[in-house]
Amino acid sequence: MSENFYNEVLIDHNLHPQHLHELPGATCSHSGMNPSCGDEITLHLTVQDGVITDGAYTGVGCTISNASADIMLDLIIGRTKAEAAHLTELFMKMIGGEITDDELAELEEAGALQNIARMPARVKCAVLGWKTLRFLLDEE
Amino acid sequence: MRNIKTDFPVFAAYPEIAYLDSAATTQKPQQVLDAVTQYYREENANPLRGLYDLSVRATDAYEHARIAVRDFIHAASKREIIFTRNATESLNLVASSWGRANLCAHDEILVAVSEHHSDLLPWQTVSRETGARLRFLECDQTGFYSAEALKNALTANTKIFAIAQISNVFGRLNPIREFAAICHRNGTLIVCDGAQSVPHIPVDVRELDVDFLAFSGHKMYAPMGIGVLYGKRELLEQMPPFLTGGEMIEYVTRESATFAELPHKFEAGTVNVGGAVGLHAAIEYIGSIGFDAITAHESALTAYALAQMRDIPHVHIIGSDSAQEHLGIITFTVDGVHPHDIAAILDADKVAVRAGHHCAQPLHQFLGVQSTVRMSLALYNDEQDIDKFAETLRTVRRRMGLE
Repeated sequence: MSENFYNEVLIDHNLHPQHLHELPGATCSHSGMNPSCGDEITLHLTVQDGVITDGAYTGVGCTISNASADIMLDLIIGRTKAEAAHLTELFMKMIGGEITDDELAELEEAGALQNIARMPARVKCAVLGWKTLRFLLDEE
Repeated sequence: MRNIKTDFPVFAAYPEIAYLDSAATTQKPQQVLDAVTQYYREENANPLRGLYDLSVRATDAYEHARIAVRDFIHAASKREIIFTRNATESLNLVASSWGRANLCAHDEILVAVSEHHSDLLPWQTVSRETGARLRFLECDQTGFYSAEALKNALTANTKIFAIAQISNVFGRLNPIREFAAICHRNGTLIVCDGAQSVPHIPVDVRELDVDFLAFSGHKMYAPMGIGVLYGKRELLEQMPPFLTGGEMIEYVTRESATFAELPHKFEAGTVNVGGAVGLHAAIEYIGSIGFDAITAHESALTAYALAQMRDIPHVHIIGSDSAQEHLGIITFTVDGVHPHDIAAILDADKVAVRAGHHCAQPLHQFLGVQSTVRMSLALYNDEQDIDKFAETLRTVRRRMGLE
């Protein structure tokens, strides 16, 4: 492991999150919990005609879970639910260590979390936001 | 103290580690590993029922371990020593067996707010089942519980008080002897979680006058899967079995059974002889060093660590400022950095600590902190471990882009 596996992308998203705020007008919200450390984040989405037009998250998380949720929202805002579901599956595949290079490119900045696959203690943090998203997409 | 680390093979296999998570589990010395291996190589059979020499030897090994535990905690009788899997199971045994038989609506269970979940959830369960009310004794921000607060919290209906001798978050020693006397004057029993105290300080159950004491072998250099419940004989005699099955009966018909005498009444099924043998060896290992030396060494290291941590900006110690109130356990936070990230950065530099709420979520809610990092010591730690820990701790904020 390198001297600092918290690469610039993660640190930047953690220190300057774009999507850490309440979302008035959200059409759906759901809280996800990481039982191993007690972290809890709530994901809020505004979905109109099958398109995620806006999104945000609130709550307390570590760098990995915050950055992962922030990057995720960057990626899915403006996309259809089907596209978001596809990206979620790609992210899970990446964390499982089974992603191809082409698929990794689709994840854009979320690829900064690829090394988490080698850190079992942090996998739950990285997937917290994405699991919460998957729940919302299934519910909607 | 001599170089203790050479007794622990894990430090030869993993020489670069600064292992500071002994409150979670300790490493195991060669003496314990050898005793367990020797038992399985030379004395293994199903104990207590066998009618042949090898089974008698296994039974002897198991019962000798019980006597060693009796002497270690100064119990009056080996019948008061119940082997369990760990402190959690011991506390569940008390709540389930004593609680169901003795609690009803209008009764009260008093639990210290800093208790580990293992000394809270069993009481939540029995409270729901019996209708007994669950109440909490609160400490101050330094982890101090006052005798006055306890006296005020006890009512005529308080049947039992649950508190750890040393909190696994604060590391602070609670005045159990004084609290037991206060409880008993009120007709209240006291159950003490000794998981963090029994490995580090001499514990005398008769001097403390506790009604129950629970502890784990794996936090005191013994294998995982062996623990102890001490209970006063007159209480244990009156309690119904916790688990039922083999080994714990005298006579069974299709509809009913008579149960074995203490302690076997509470030890259903084939028992963990290998674990008990390992615990026996661990007790002898601790005895060979002596609590005077262990306590002096661990206290000096705690003070050494605390002095360094105090000088690091943005580090906040949970609990007392005084090293005397942290028996080998220092829990802390760093401004702006999530505990999970602190632990990960320490891990990257081969320093092992725990992050989260340390199975004490209500305490964290009470203290108003989301989660914390905990470093904890055992007799094998040295100043190099602390230096390595402090060196990385100084870099945490910089590595998180905050400086």
